[in-house]
Amino acid sequence: MLAALWAIPALAQRTDIVVGLVLEPPHLDPTAGAAAAIDEVGYANIFEGLTRFGPDGAILPALARSWDISEDGLTYTFHLHEGVSFHDGTPFTANDVAFSFTRAMAEDSVNAQKGLFEPIASVEAADDLTAVVTLDYPYGNLPFNLAWGDAVIVSSQTAQTNTTSPVGTGPFRFVRWTQGDSIVIERNPDYWGEPARLERATFRFIDDPSAAFAAMMAEDVDTFPIYPAPETLAILDADPRFVAVIGSTEGETILAMNNRRAPLDNILVRQAITHAIDRQALIEGAMFGYGTPIGTHFAPHHPAYVDLTGLSAYDPDRSRALLEEAGVGPITLALALPPPPTYARRGGELIAAQLRAVGIDTRIVNMEWSQWLEQVFSGKDFDLTVISHTEPMDIEIYGREDYYFGYGAPQFQAIMEELNLSVDPDRRTELLQAAQRDIAENYVNAYLFQLAKTAIQHVDIEGLWANAPTQATDLTAVYWR
Amino acid sequence: MAVFVLKRLASLLASLLFASLAIFLVLEVLPGDPAAFMLGLNAAPDTVAALREQLGLTAPLPQRYFGWLAGMTVGDFGISYTYRVPVSDLIGARVQVSVPLAAYALTLSTLIAIPVGAIAASARNTPLDAGIMGMTQLGVALPNFWFAMLLVLVFSVGLRWFSAGGFPGWDDPFAAMRALTLPAVALALPQAAILARVMRSSLLDTLDQEYMRTARAKGLSQGQALRRHALRNALIPVLTIMGLQFSFLLAGAIIIENVFFLPGLGRLVFQAISARDLVVVRSVVMLLVFAVVTVNFLVDFTYALVDPRLRRPVS
Repeated sequence: MLAALWAIPALAQRTDIVVGLVLEPPHLDPTAGAAAAIDEVGYANIFEGLTRFGPDGAILPALARSWDISEDGLTYTFHLHEGVSFHDGTPFTANDVAFSFTRAMAEDSVNAQKGLFEPIASVEAADDLTAVVTLDYPYGNLPFNLAWGDAVIVSSQTAQTNTTSPVGTGPFRFVRWTQGDSIVIERNPDYWGEPARLERATFRFIDDPSAAFAAMMAEDVDTFPIYPAPETLAILDADPRFVAVIGSTEGETILAMNNRRAPLDNILVRQAITHAIDRQALIEGAMFGYGTPIGTHFAPHHPAYVDLTGLSAYDPDRSRALLEEAGVGPITLALALPPPPTYARRGGELIAAQLRAVGIDTRIVNMEWSQWLEQVFSGKDFDLTVISHTEPMDIEIYGREDYYFGYGAPQFQAIMEELNLSVDPDRRTELLQAAQRDIAENYVNAYLFQLAKTAIQHVDIEGLWANAPTQATDLTAVYWR
Repeated sequence: MAVFVLKRLASLLASLLFASLAIFLVLEVLPGDPAAFMLGLNAAPDTVAALREQLGLTAPLPQRYFGWLAGMTVGDFGISYTYRVPVSDLIGARVQVSVPLAAYALTLSTLIAIPVGAIAASARNTPLDAGIMGMTQLGVALPNFWFAMLLVLVFSVGLRWFSAGGFPGWDDPFAAMRALTLPAVALALPQAAILARVMRSSLLDTLDQEYMRTARAKGLSQGQALRRHALRNALIPVLTIMGLQFSFLLAGAIIIENVFFLPGLGRLVFQAISARDLVVVRSVVMLLVFAVVTVNFLVDFTYALVDPRLRRPVS
């Protein structure tokens, strides 16, 4: 009777949602692929980890109620929630934690972020509800690493089949995947925590910008968390049925330079390139005004961010003077541009024009993703490329000598080493700021802008994330007004 | 007739074998590693190697080619690198959209083109004929994706009669046909324009033939002569074009499938190419080659039925 009474007000509300996604996930196992779309469907909805990202990027407890860190910083003891079960009915225990992490760390692991588990020496189940993680060295950021989609907890029963029928512990369970068209999930009635307010959600895959516009206008789709056509965003926003929500992402868009290769191994040349670029014109011209200028490889909404855009302010005269000082003569550089999303192609053309104004000629080479990964990223065969690094807190890539732009200076590596060992928040902030300064002062790359998250949604939808601290479409708190 | 069929079958098999080799080799030399694509920017090199091993990318070339051929003969196209499901399942699901869409569009275009072409021919050199020919000229020039967007704006966004795209599946055949209607119209109209022009000129050719004069001399009206004698003889060029069009509609609907976000073969192959899902790409391309070759075979065969002269070997 009580249930029936509760149901009455709900009748007036919609309890389903259609979410438009630009890319279809290749498969649905977040522990076996880097495609953002895998997490855009499954993160926090189907799968959960010990910890999770909140809407503001804060690290929140998830399957772990709480955790203790030993004095020496080498042992994390995670206390798990009671009464949690997987969607197939199997109870969730500390053994699943041990299984998931051991699998991700294994020799034959295909986890795209295997590096997240690097500090871990072993994982054991002390009892059903206590998982003990032992580290090789003190590492303060473990709860952050475990919040990634790549560190979700899977059951040993279903780990092999998660690619096509994912089984997690989350508030939604997988229903159906019509390849090429849509994925449907529904509320998990046995969820251990606060139940989801939506009964059903459909993810539809629409990559064509004009098709996305038409799908919104025809109300086939209720929201695009990342709307693929910034050129029509204003039209939709002006429509009383919809509202545009502009937030931030973890995507630092950079003009990466091959630091190994002449003339880019000369810091003067790199500095000259950064002064030749007019970030605001780039944001206006390539991104329809959506985006925040950055002066280093760090998200501006992060508390530890330092605004270093002044170091590489737009100054073509300075740029020409620096080139003269470098004495490199006329330069022609290849500029590799990966495919849409459009930031690279549109931005690349503007950058080419801005570089030409200071006397640097570029040869634009448009590439597909696979080709970009093989030639630029793995093969390191490039001069310049425009790319967005969308992983959260990824400044550590500058410490890798073999990374594609090839920095890995000893003083930077020393900062990273100390960062990994420090647990004190103030010291961590100092170190992160030192790292940001180091890569900005050495002009490793030209830092352009932070990608904006341009969402469009029906005005009556509440609870969607405005920002994207990780790539996810968290539907747990979403409801219709 | 049997010799004719056997000869055609032999050339069909040879074309298929040649195509399979070409497709396999071309895709092998294409740059891009599917494993690196799937693991993204943060993956360690040994993780990529582990995935390559798991995907079976490390076996030698001839072994993989013959493995693929042998698998195809029993309907096993392999496992998709990215989707991790059998390619035959993927293709099976996509064919349920693409084949009905192509058939729907071809039916529409035929239903429009044949009467329109016949009317234009019988009203030769009148303002009606000129009007129809002007319209078809416009139809030929119209890019189908632009026309598709126009249809969406009018019928989905404006009038809200149809959804702007997507495909609900065949559980509800009415909804499925509805979802295919706008894409089919967008595909059909430019094709109909071409077909109507071919129909008109082919009919005009037959109208000048002597047997037509004989038919009129027997006392048949212009219309009766057209229906009984001219139409059948005018069909051979029309059939040729229709055969080409069916293959085009099946393989060439990539853009229309993108505009209407339909889960068809065209979009499958498009996504698979950018993801370097070579197993899917080569199997779908092979299937399309098979469809084109088979349709051409059937068209040749239909010629022989329509025109007995073509059955006889050339002396």
